[in-house]
Amino acid sequence: MGVLLEIRSVTKKFGGLQALTKVDLLIEEKMIAGLIGPNGAGKTTLFNAITGVYAPEEGSILFLGRQIIGKKRHEITAVGIARTFQNIRLFPNMSTAENVLVGHHCQMHAGVWGAVSRNRKTLEEETMAQRKVMELLRFVGLEGQEDQLAKNLPYGDQRRLEIARALAVGPKLLLLDEPTAGMNPQETLSLTRFVSRIRDELGLSILLIEHDMRVVMGISDRVTVLDHGIRIAEGPPETIQKDPRVIEAYLGRPSERVRKRSRLPHKNV
Amino acid sequence: MIKQILAERLSRRWQGILRMPKWLQFVLITGFVAVLPPFIGNYWTHVLAYIGIYVMLGVGINVVVGFAGLLDLGYVAFYAIGAYSYAFLASPKFGIHIPFWMMIPACAALASLGGALLGIPVLRMRGDYLAIVTLGFGEIIRILINNLDALTNGPKGLLRIDPPTIGSFTFTTPTHFYYLILGGCLLSIFFTSRLNNSRIGRAWIAMREDQDAAALMGIDILKYKLLAFAIGASFAGVGGTIFAAKQGSIFPDDFSVMVSVNVICLIIIGGLGSIPGVIIGAIILIGIPEVLRAAAMYRMLAFGLLLILMMIFRPMGIFPSARRKLELKKED
Repeated sequence: MGVLLEIRSVTKKFGGLQALTKVDLLIEEKMIAGLIGPNGAGKTTLFNAITGVYAPEEGSILFLGRQIIGKKRHEITAVGIARTFQNIRLFPNMSTAENVLVGHHCQMHAGVWGAVSRNRKTLEEETMAQRKVMELLRFVGLEGQEDQLAKNLPYGDQRRLEIARALAVGPKLLLLDEPTAGMNPQETLSLTRFVSRIRDELGLSILLIEHDMRVVMGISDRVTVLDHGIRIAEGPPETIQKDPRVIEAYLGRPSERVRKRSRLPHKNV
Repeated sequence: MIKQILAERLSRRWQGILRMPKWLQFVLITGFVAVLPPFIGNYWTHVLAYIGIYVMLGVGINVVVGFAGLLDLGYVAFYAIGAYSYAFLASPKFGIHIPFWMMIPACAALASLGGALLGIPVLRMRGDYLAIVTLGFGEIIRILINNLDALTNGPKGLLRIDPPTIGSFTFTTPTHFYYLILGGCLLSIFFTSRLNNSRIGRAWIAMREDQDAAALMGIDILKYKLLAFAIGASFAGVGGTIFAAKQGSIFPDDFSVMVSVNVICLIIIGGLGSIPGVIIGAIILIGIPEVLRAAAMYRMLAFGLLLILMMIFRPMGIFPSARRKLELKKED
């Protein structure tokens, strides 16, 4: 399997805070990679470094062998990296369908003249795009909602719409930032299945930030653990679950454990 | 009881009108507006023409403020650029007389160049900061006009500007200009509604809704901001050209900051981002003060009251913009 994304010793500082320290991460094609770590470990910062929101001070991020550090946000999206956000960031006053159409922006080419003259090329492109949108809305289970304003959708549907919008970019790599946050167990289960379907049916690679250990351990091929901006472990889920450094990062050292047990995030770590 | 029935009938009639196909509504309204002048006399024709110029300005600034969400308080600058460009090149001032119809695209281009030039330095600013810089830009242009006596005659203004002609026919009466402006409005509305429902319009609106999310969905923010500034300005350029041709003389006072304020107010009252809203807003803001000439003293008071009431009862405007429905729903 080919390598899709290769992050090599990336370092990002915010003033005196070392948000990421020499982080490495490798994502192969059609792989689901989990990214976990306690709050403030630098997971979202890593997402932001990959998508061009922050420029890391050191290291390199290669996508299909090409350096993407220094590229602008929309250029990185155009090479095939799409993402969702930890706190949903849809376009609230646009319809469901339009949100997805905006995701399809890079795949379309109409300029000012095309938009005003509405020539055949533009019309064909628009029809193709709308078809694609309907397909994606069906795929995420939002058919029949195309004309709803995004802000009027229920929470779970907004999460799905965000994924549909990201898929409309036509990415090779999809970054999901806590997709199950705020969901109940049933919703979490169906979303977990859905994430596997994205990989299996669309053939994408997925990098997943997730706090729910059942989700991460259930669907990830590899798991990377960050703590205080440092990668403390990397490997298949089974090894990660037994890794003493991971247990320590989440639960504290044995002597501290009794004190911290009441605050455990998830029992089955 | 009777009241209720009446109200119900009225609302049903109204909904019947709203349910008519869009193009039919458009044709009916346009037809109605087109036959008006003989019935209303010169004065009201003149007022309606003036409203029409504001519709063009409103439609243009709607691209910048309504679609792209960039608060531009210096819009009058582009109006002035259009008007003075025409006055320089079609009046005895320099003895140049380029035909009106050639100057229309030229003034649109000059104004959009001005828009792009303003756009470049302010591209990275947002919200309030952008508003302040554009406000300053509008004032700079007005002060330049006021003080560059050699070029603009300063406060004495530029006089005897050429009227438009078609062959041997010359536009002179308010009715002639009424139809010219009506044509300009229709074209502006056509352009912006096509832009609105396109890849470009969606990119602008996405940018307005959430700039960072839009960038991460692949929209080149800098490019689309510049485009919004340039296209928005071109409408003001054309509006200014028509204004100069219609008035025959222009003065720095015609381009005060109040023009920008009025144009912003009219799109807020009409409904940001909505094209029918622009028309309603222009009628209310420019037309009603004319109706209430007698109470001119209270004009600004009424104006302020209207804005406050709007913000309380209808913050989205009289005609809020509706996002277009998808045409291709059931098809596979």
